[in-house]
Amino acid sequence: MTDTIHAYPMRKSDGCPFDPPKELGELRQQGPITKVRLWDGTTPWLVTRFAEQRELLRDPRLSADSTHPDFPRLVPIAPESTGARLSFIGMDDPEHARLRRMVTAQFAIKRIEQMRPAVQKIVDDLIDELLAGPRTVDLVDAFALPVPSRVICDLLGVPYADHGFFQDNSKVLIRRSVTPQERDEARLRLVEYLDRLIDEKIKALQDDLLSQLVERIEAGELTRGEAAQMGVLMLIAGHETTANMIALGTFALLEHPEELARLRDTDDPELIASAVNELLRYLNITHTGRIRMVLEDIEIAGEVLRAGDGVILANDIGNRDPDAFPDPDRLDLGREARHHVAFGFGVHQCLGQPLARLELQVVYGTLYRRIPTLRLAVAPEEIPLKHDGFVYGVYELPVTWQSSPSAP
Amino acid sequence: MSFKLTVDQDKCCGAGQCVLLAPEVFDQREQDGIVVLLDETPDDALHAAVGEAASVCPAAAITVEEG
Repeated sequence: MTDTIHAYPMRKSDGCPFDPPKELGELRQQGPITKVRLWDGTTPWLVTRFAEQRELLRDPRLSADSTHPDFPRLVPIAPESTGARLSFIGMDDPEHARLRRMVTAQFAIKRIEQMRPAVQKIVDDLIDELLAGPRTVDLVDAFALPVPSRVICDLLGVPYADHGFFQDNSKVLIRRSVTPQERDEARLRLVEYLDRLIDEKIKALQDDLLSQLVERIEAGELTRGEAAQMGVLMLIAGHETTANMIALGTFALLEHPEELARLRDTDDPELIASAVNELLRYLNITHTGRIRMVLEDIEIAGEVLRAGDGVILANDIGNRDPDAFPDPDRLDLGREARHHVAFGFGVHQCLGQPLARLELQVVYGTLYRRIPTLRLAVAPEEIPLKHDGFVYGVYELPVTWQSSPSAP
Repeated sequence: MSFKLTVDQDKCCGAGQCVLLAPEVFDQREQDGIVVLLDETPDDALHAAVGEAASVCPAAAITVEEG
């Protein structure tokens, strides 16, 4: 029995940079729930079907408290950092809700929608810079990272001039192949950096999210340590994930020219919005699942998940479940995909999703229209892929285009 | 066929999915982004949108009662 248990996470197959590992699809066909083996020999449950994933992610008997000694770990951690976690994403209610609700207003749908002109300007300015520069660039460095980094810097009140520092440390933090010490050091550098920024805001409040957290500190509702952790979480989540969706999404579209043409030739906001949801579903960059631990026994799909068991909800394969998405392996920008689980599900569902959607709508709705001849500058097999990331994407995306592109 | 809606503000995690789907029926509180119900008995034309809002609500904070 034990030797049939697959190791997790699996690697995507060569030549299929946009698809979940084929073993995940095979496991899903065998049933909604199975066991996998992690690097440390533990064997958590792996949930592969969409319906069971949604049911479990909404179940309060599953814990996200990553400081628990039995919590499943995808990578080794340093013993002294067992208690480390990135703010409320590693907590359960009521602690989770207390902290999350301090920042939810900023990410409310209507508040985010007001940012659209500012995001459009950032995107247009960066495309102007692209068009004025050399005609072959790495789209990750020149566009995909700067767009969300500038947006989240403005929102949080972080100086964009520090982007080299926070991008470099974020990259270490979300890579599986670094040592526990390297990851810890990167996390601590970011926490110290945010703490220094909080210090500056204490001296002079500004119109930004970090200043709002400072007001909470001064009201006695939040500790300075909690505020710094929250700042790190929002800074990382705010740029890394969206940057990967921009670059990997562009790679996927360049490999699906008919779908790319649909975006390039439209100004229909509904098609652009549905394209964003479909690319989120299809690419599912959070490709190492949502991780939880069972608090009380749960019966589901003929199995009993016991208290203390680990559970991995593999949302990448859930988003390819034919019962939820007909012809799931086809990229179809016009399909109805808004029920996808790329942002997770349950109370931990991505807080920043309205901002991510806005940024992706502006980017996908602008980039290919303004640079219609955009193409890869190397063969697709040469694009370096983030197989070892907690967040999937491309390390580089060399692109080129013909001259005389259209005006904004 | 009318229906009645309730929302649970304690469960709500402020993801805003309902506001995207049915802005005539749901809004978010200014101070913390938590759901506000604008219309407990929305028009039948909104039935599908409201049902989908309940289905995609990550926190299961929306209940639709038929009747």
